Amino acid sequence: MVKQVVFAAALLLTLGVFAYTVNRILSFFRFTRKTFPVRDLGKRFGVMMNVAFGQTKIFRRPVIGLLHALVFWGFCVILIGSVEMVIDGLTGTERVLSFLGVLYDVIIATGDVFALVVGLSILVFLSRRLFFHIRRFEGIEMGRSTHIDANIALTMIFLLMVSLQGMNTFYVAHQQVAGETIKGVFPVSNMLASLFTGMQATSLHTLHEVCWWAHILLIFIFANMLPYSKHFHVFMSVPNVFLSRLEPLGKLTNMDSVTREVRLMMNPDTVYAAAPADAPVERFGVKDIEDVSWKNYFDSLSCTQCGRCTSVCPANITGKLLSPRKVIMDVRARMKEKGPGLVKNGKEYADNKSLLRDYITEEELWACTTCNACAMECPININHPSIIVDMRRYLVMEEASAPGELKAVFSNIENNGAPWQFSPEDRLLWAKDLEMKIKN
Amino acid sequence: MADLFARGEKPEYLFWVGCAGAFDDRYKKVARAFTKILTHLNMSYAVLGKEETCTGDPARRAGNEMLYQMQALQNIEVFKMYEVQKIITICPHCFNIFKNEYPDLGGNYEVIHYTQLLATLIHEGKMKPNKKLTDKVTYHDPCYLGRANHVYDEPRAVIRSVAGSITEMKRNKSFALCCGAGGAQMFKEAEKGNKEVFIERIEDALETGASVIATSCPFCMTMITDGLKYKNKEEEIKNYDIAELIAMDLDL
Repeated sequence: MVKQVVFAAALLLTLGVFAYTVNRILSFFRFTRKTFPVRDLGKRFGVMMNVAFGQTKIFRRPVIGLLHALVFWGFCVILIGSVEMVIDGLTGTERVLSFLGVLYDVIIATGDVFALVVGLSILVFLSRRLFFHIRRFEGIEMGRSTHIDANIALTMIFLLMVSLQGMNTFYVAHQQVAGETIKGVFPVSNMLASLFTGMQATSLHTLHEVCWWAHILLIFIFANMLPYSKHFHVFMSVPNVFLSRLEPLGKLTNMDSVTREVRLMMNPDTVYAAAPADAPVERFGVKDIEDVSWKNYFDSLSCTQCGRCTSVCPANITGKLLSPRKVIMDVRARMKEKGPGLVKNGKEYADNKSLLRDYITEEELWACTTCNACAMECPININHPSIIVDMRRYLVMEEASAPGELKAVFSNIENNGAPWQFSPEDRLLWAKDLEMKIKN
Repeated sequence: MADLFARGEKPEYLFWVGCAGAFDDRYKKVARAFTKILTHLNMSYAVLGKEETCTGDPARRAGNEMLYQMQALQNIEVFKMYEVQKIITICPHCFNIFKNEYPDLGGNYEVIHYTQLLATLIHEGKMKPNKKLTDKVTYHDPCYLGRANHVYDEPRAVIRSVAGSITEMKRNKSFALCCGAGGAQMFKEAEKGNKEVFIERIEDALETGASVIATSCPFCMTMITDGLKYKNKEEEIKNYDIAELIAMDLDL
């Protein structure tokens, strides 16, 4: 009974702190802008099954991708065991889901194997970060704190797997020594248990309890660390894939506010008419965090800084300042900085800083070729170019700021309908002397 | 188009030449090659000529949404006037903007990139290239055809009809590296860095040992050609557009 009370208290504390943090983060979404509506739920479900649960995009790098996929699938299976632990902890039962029979055996056996596989994969990940020089994990945005964050999270996961394996091993050993039935099948722990069958049943029982508590408490602590870490990814990535932009990568979002203005200009009857009173006065493009869309912010919370985007960015590869990963990280960091002020003082709050310039410079924005390699590569369908173009929109339409050559392009298009300074009268010179049979 | 319309005729396709096809000296040759193919195929088509204007793509990607929408709405009016339903483009940027972005402004058309048209005709047996090209050929995927719109196979099918096979670069299809000209970069100096993107890309192409680099985008062509010049390879390695490869194969 004491165990149950302690467990319930720990669970309550975990849920309480978690709810507080998540609520705080969710409150920031109020200050983001609308973007595409979330329709086509069937299609979204398909994308989620394919990209998130099928891990298809992570396999674009087959070797390390496989390790990630194993960790992900492992988490999914092990999660069922964690749910069982919560029920056991609250009700005082032992392996309550074992009534599922063969299904239970399959889940437990898979989880037992995965505990080892995930643990080993995490060791590979950790050693890549600690001992190897991997370009993808470096860059101007990858300060010391990002590496510490990554290494802490990986260590936590490793300890989770060790405690899980320990729990299973001592459970099996105890049941064997005590002559009790083993609920579930444990391919890995069975082997490990044989090392401990010389021990007393009581000590095995204690060791099992220690591992059990260590595992569940680590889960509780880890869950509450995640929202403050890049590993918030663990919670956010699957929903982020579900909420993916479904349009082709080449498509930019239309600015309806601009369409209204252009239509007014083009229609002589309305050209002098006042803008409709209900039209919201909104800044063109993105200058600061309250101009980004809810999806941009969602993307930033889901990003785990893997750097696949940056590693394929033509600008970054050739030594330019732009790093798509940095853009996404900056969105999150800026909201973290300004969000609390916005919540406290309302959306007019200003702190004399902005996402543009204080975080993301014009040099970075103008280096993008909008080639979409970053978005194509992102394993969780983050769309980087959309925010880059939105920031260019602010620069051009609100500040009339652009590299000189582009200003010339704008005036050429305006004056002679081509980015170059050629007369529209010369548009057919290319076809001179060319036989153009026109058929009907 | 205006002439045809005055005679009461309505062509099936609008061939959208694009600013590069109209004004870029190298790409004019591609526009000519493709016109010869259309004529050879007895296609019903017309061009807008002096009434054609920029789609607004470079403006839009450089952040000038206002200018883009003015161009787009103006073009949509012209298309409406000539009752345009099907548009063929040679430039992938024009293709993308008509296909994906004009519908938001009420411009809905069947938009075809010329490589798609040629691939279909070859597949249906309506066009029979002779596989005359004996050179080793590699193909550079334009971002706005490939990643942006998943057109990877059609250009390759067309190349295979003239060359038999393609030697792929190490980064190809959805992994292809940008030539460096997209997103209005074509019209400006690159930001400070340690290398030009087109040099990084031309090295991929040179690695294949191909003597013909095929492209299907005017900007890619400029960049690839610049890369060849930079590497002093423009004598031994040629950069052709897929339309030119077909026109050469058919002796047009």
